[in-house]
Amino acid sequence: MQKAEENIFKVIMIISSLIIFGLLLFILGTIVWKGVPALSWDMITKLPGGGFYLGKEGGVLNAIAGSFYIILGAAAISIIISVPLVMYVNFYLPRKSPLAGMVSFSFDILLGIPSIVYGAFGFALMIFLGMRASLGGGIIAVAMLITPIMMRSFDEVTRLLPRDLPDSLLSLGSTRYEMIKVIMRQLIPGFVTATLLATGRGIGDAATVLFTAGYTDNLPGALSQPAATLPLSIFFQLGSPVAEVQNRAYASALILTILILLFSFAARYFSSKFSRNRL
Amino acid sequence: MHRLREIKDKSVRWFMRVMAFSGILFLLIIGIALFIKSYPVIKESGLWKLLASGSWKPSSGVFGFLPFIVSTLYVSAIALAIALPLSLLTAIYLNSYASAGIRRFFEPVIDLLSGIPPVIYGVWGTITIVPFIANNIASGSSSGYSVMAGGIVLAVMIIPLLVGLLTEIFNSIPVEMTDASLSLGATKWQTVKRIILRRSFPGIVAVTVLSLSRAFGETMAVLMVCGNSTRMPHSLLDACYPLPALIANNYGEMLSIPGYESALMLAAFILFVIVFFFNGISRLTLNHLEKRFHF
Repeated sequence: MQKAEENIFKVIMIISSLIIFGLLLFILGTIVWKGVPALSWDMITKLPGGGFYLGKEGGVLNAIAGSFYIILGAAAISIIISVPLVMYVNFYLPRKSPLAGMVSFSFDILLGIPSIVYGAFGFALMIFLGMRASLGGGIIAVAMLITPIMMRSFDEVTRLLPRDLPDSLLSLGSTRYEMIKVIMRQLIPGFVTATLLATGRGIGDAATVLFTAGYTDNLPGALSQPAATLPLSIFFQLGSPVAEVQNRAYASALILTILILLFSFAARYFSSKFSRNRL
Repeated sequence: MHRLREIKDKSVRWFMRVMAFSGILFLLIIGIALFIKSYPVIKESGLWKLLASGSWKPSSGVFGFLPFIVSTLYVSAIALAIALPLSLLTAIYLNSYASAGIRRFFEPVIDLLSGIPPVIYGVWGTITIVPFIANNIASGSSSGYSVMAGGIVLAVMIIPLLVGLLTEIFNSIPVEMTDASLSLGATKWQTVKRIILRRSFPGIVAVTVLSLSRAFGETMAVLMVCGNSTRMPHSLLDACYPLPALIANNYGEMLSIPGYESALMLAAFILFVIVFFFNGISRLTLNHLEKRFHF
C-alpha cells in the first residue's frame, strides 16, 4: 500500500515535469513553425514600406531598432541607480540595519508591480511634464520596470562575495570608496549576467511601452520622437485582418524569441565564466 | 592628499544614501500619484458604487468595475488551479527524486519559460489554445477567446515563477531533517509528506500569493486571448476583460471623455493596492523563513 502510493505519486510527478518541459517545446515549436515561412531578410533589414499593413513589402527594422534604443537607455539608467544602491546597502550600512531592510523590501514590492501600472504611471507622469509619447518616455518607463529586477539580482551577486575581501581591504586602510573600486572587478561578470537577464525582460515587455513610447514606421531620430517596439509591432500586426500581415506577426514573434534566447544564452555564458573566477 | 580621499568617500556615500531612499520614495510617489489621479472619479461616484456596479458606460460617466474585477479573479483562479499542482509536483520531484543530471537539465527549461515575453505567450495562445477551445470544447458556441483561454495561458506564464521559488524553498530545508526521517525507515514519499511539505507550508502559501499577484497584473498575453467584452463572464467559455487589459486597451486614447482617464487610473490604483499587499505579505513571510533557514 505504502509502496503503491509512492509509485503512483512518483509517476504523477514525472508526468508533471514532462508536461512543463513539453510546454516549453510546444511554445517554441509553435513560434518557429509559424514564423519561419514568413521570415525573410527583408523583415530584419527594411523599414515598413508603403502599404506594409496591407501586406506589401517592408520589414520591422523600425521596431527592432526602437526596442534596442529603449533597452540601451533603460539599462544605462538602471545600472546608474542599482550599482550605488546595492553597494550602499551591502558595504556601507551595518549588516542588520533597518534601513537596508526597508530598501530591499521596497524594491521587492516594486518588483511585483505589474508593467501596465508602470506604463500608466509613466504616461501620467509624461502628461504632467508636458511630454508626448516618445523614445525618452519609453526609456523612463522601461527603466522603472527593470530597475527593481536589476537591483535584486545585483544584490544576490554581491552577497555571494566572501566578506573577507572587503574586510581585508578596509583593514589595510582603504576608504570604503576605494574598497568598492577593487571589489567591483570581482562583481562585474555577475553584474553583466544580471543586466542581460533584466534587459531580456525589458525588451519583451509590451505594456510599459504601449502608451509611453508610441509607434512609428521610421527609425527614432531623437529622444522626443516616438519609437516603435518589437512586442507592439507583433501585437499590431496580429490584430490585422490581412493574412500576410498576420504571418509577418509570426515572423516578428520569431525574431523577438530569438533575441530573447540570445540574451538568455549570453547570460548563461557569463555566469558560467563567473563561477570559474569565483574566489 | 589625505583630505581628497576622504572627500571622495564622503560624497560617494551621500550619493549612495540618496539612491537608497529613491526606492522607498518612488514607491510612495507611484501610490500617491495614482490615488490623486483616480480621486475625481471616486469623489463623483463613490468607491463602493464603482466597485460593486456591473454597468460600464464611459460615455455617460457610469463606471462599474465589477465585471473587470470578477474577470481578473476568475482568470487568475483558473491559472492558479492549473499551475499550482503541476509546479508543486515538479518542484517536489526536482528536490527529492530527480538525479543531479535531470536537475541541471531543468534549470534552463525554467529559465527559458520565464524569459519568454508575454506577447509571445499571447501569440502562442491565439494560434493554439483559442482555436482548440473554439473547435473542440465549445464546438461553435464560443469564439474561443474566453476565460478558459486566459486561464491556461496565464497558468503557463506563472509556472516558471512557482517552480523556481518552490524549489528554492524545498532546498532550504536542512538535509539533517530529511536524513533523520529517512534513517528512521520512512520512505521518500513519507518524508516528503510529513517533513518537507509540512515544514515548508508557510513558504508554499507565500509563493502562491506572490504568483497570484503576478497573475493579477499580467496584461498583454491575457489581453490577446480573453476576448475583452465588458459583460460579466458567466462561464468558462465566456469572453472576459481583466483590469490590466482594460487599462491597456483604453488608456491614452479616450482621454477626451470626462472621468474616463480618472476611472482607468483607478483601475491601475486597484491593481497597485492589491499587488502591494499581496507582495508585501508574501515577501515578509519569505524573508522571515529565509532568516530562519539561512538559505
